[in-house]
Amino acid sequence: MSVELDFSTSFGNAWFPLPVFTASGCASSGRELSQFFPLNEIGGVVTKSIMIKPRLGRPTPRMAETPSGMLNSIGLQGPGIDAFLANDIPWLVSTGARVIVSIAGETVEEYAVLARKLRSVTGLSAVEVNISCPNVENRGQVFACHPESARAVIEGVRRTLGGDLPIIAKLSPDVTDIAAIAREVVDAGADGLALINTLLGMVINTSTMRPHLGGKTGGLSGPAIRPVAVRAIYQVHEALPHIPILGMGGVRNGSDAFEMVLAGASGISVGTASFSDPLATVRIQRELAQLLVEKGFTSLRQAIGFAHRDDEVNGE
Amino acid sequence: MVALIMGQINRHAEQVTATVLSNKRVGQYHQILLNVGEVVKHCKPGNFVAINVGGPSSAMVLRRAFAISRISDRGEYGGTMELIVAPHGSGSKWLISQPEGAHIDLVAPLGTPFGIPTNPVRALLIGGGYGSAPLFGLAELLKSRGCRVDMILGASAAAKIYAPLEGKRSVSSLKIYTEDGSTGIMGRVTDPLEQLIADGEVDVIYSCGPMGMLAAISTIAKRNEIVHQCAVEESMACGIGICMTCVLPIKGGDGNITMVRSCIDGPVMDGELVLWDQVGQPQ
Repeated sequence: MSVELDFSTSFGNAWFPLPVFTASGCASSGRELSQFFPLNEIGGVVTKSIMIKPRLGRPTPRMAETPSGMLNSIGLQGPGIDAFLANDIPWLVSTGARVIVSIAGETVEEYAVLARKLRSVTGLSAVEVNISCPNVENRGQVFACHPESARAVIEGVRRTLGGDLPIIAKLSPDVTDIAAIAREVVDAGADGLALINTLLGMVINTSTMRPHLGGKTGGLSGPAIRPVAVRAIYQVHEALPHIPILGMGGVRNGSDAFEMVLAGASGISVGTASFSDPLATVRIQRELAQLLVEKGFTSLRQAIGFAHRDDEVNGE
Repeated sequence: MVALIMGQINRHAEQVTATVLSNKRVGQYHQILLNVGEVVKHCKPGNFVAINVGGPSSAMVLRRAFAISRISDRGEYGGTMELIVAPHGSGSKWLISQPEGAHIDLVAPLGTPFGIPTNPVRALLIGGGYGSAPLFGLAELLKSRGCRVDMILGASAAAKIYAPLEGKRSVSSLKIYTEDGSTGIMGRVTDPLEQLIADGEVDVIYSCGPMGMLAAISTIAKRNEIVHQCAVEESMACGIGICMTCVLPIKGGDGNITMVRSCIDGPVMDGELVLWDQVGQPQ
């Protein structure tokens, strides 16, 4: 990395020296990847979305590879917030990693309970509020699909969490107007947005002639969804140019990450790419730095939303 | 036997560029010999590797997991590793098409290996189809520790039996079962099991193969209170414990069901702990 590049970024009052993160649900709680690179050499670790109670998740098969992507149907398997805060967070913090805890609830109240438990935890950089997991029993519970429920969750979390810890709301691309949802959650107190969660999909096994996944439907991720993510980031940055966006969805190399920065992302999360390359997060971060320097940027901030510059000139 | 995730996970795992030294067809399978270098020193029977398939612009974005068949850290090439590949899907078909000299992106060693007894025992190794692949390396290790090693292999038909000549030398006895009787005895690997145990021939069972076979062996092993270490096969997206797709239900210490990852808590598991009838069922 060139010494002349300011590679730092911010989400609310959280400052990060580096801009590439793991993606929630794609790094477990960090230990597994720490065998391959030091976790403090990336922007930060976004943990899997944690719920109040331990959860076994959905039945297998939980995975299907698709062209340039995959479907997953995990169903938020996890140990529950108490065990997670007792076992996983202290270890993560001890590695010097910057930690963004992702939370998921089944009701507005559950999100508030989770937020209350995070108030007293030291060493956290931010909270990701996952209101868009597609792998829940009731699709109606995808809070990010409705402006009112999205707002209610974020308001509840903001109120219980207090004012210090930044909130990053994770949104679903499976909506008609993602900028409208983004406005609601920012209004309700979100400091940043994570775009995008997986798209809802299905594979039918032509041998068994039944849905392949145990949970029938699953979340589509990988390079196949990158154009959808770039579009969502572009639209939201256009609507809310001062709100930091954590961009994700099929980023496989530095050029993919750069594309999202140009669309308006202040940081990048790497998910499915880590499944095929354990070093993907650090590699993509290094490649992004090289690209920024090559293109003549002296800071990441200059490049955020750079693809919008003609619109600004035209006064649109 | 199910490793608890307390210490460092996959402590010796590395991402390396391997070179194909040879690639030949053996029955319905391909035997691929790779030069992997120093990493071979940490590979144990039961460990597996995760391989990128299709090249850099491939639409196949997930790694493929393969059991390590045998390893050698001697010879003119240094560390070598043998994989037995069944060309089932587009990823394994790509791998068997790789010529000598091709470079392969590989992560190894992964997962929990077979536990090796500290005292010499009578070990029965049971393999189904190409599930026999990791058992020959295990047989060599057990034999070097003074164990008596008997082996039973089974498959639907003769062409699906993998039993290389050199592998046969490391076992005291080898029985083959096929469902169509095209080679060996007509029947299943579980047919002689009760009798062998009753005759006092078996202290520990090691197995690798289809889940149905592992479940059937587990039932018999449990009934007779014989230790059964089985290497399970579940579809994986990453092989390193981060995707949570390869989970299996096991009986936890508190009596409740827990879902463990077959990539890091396995692939070798205590057959008695796996809740075979719960695999793939909603919890």
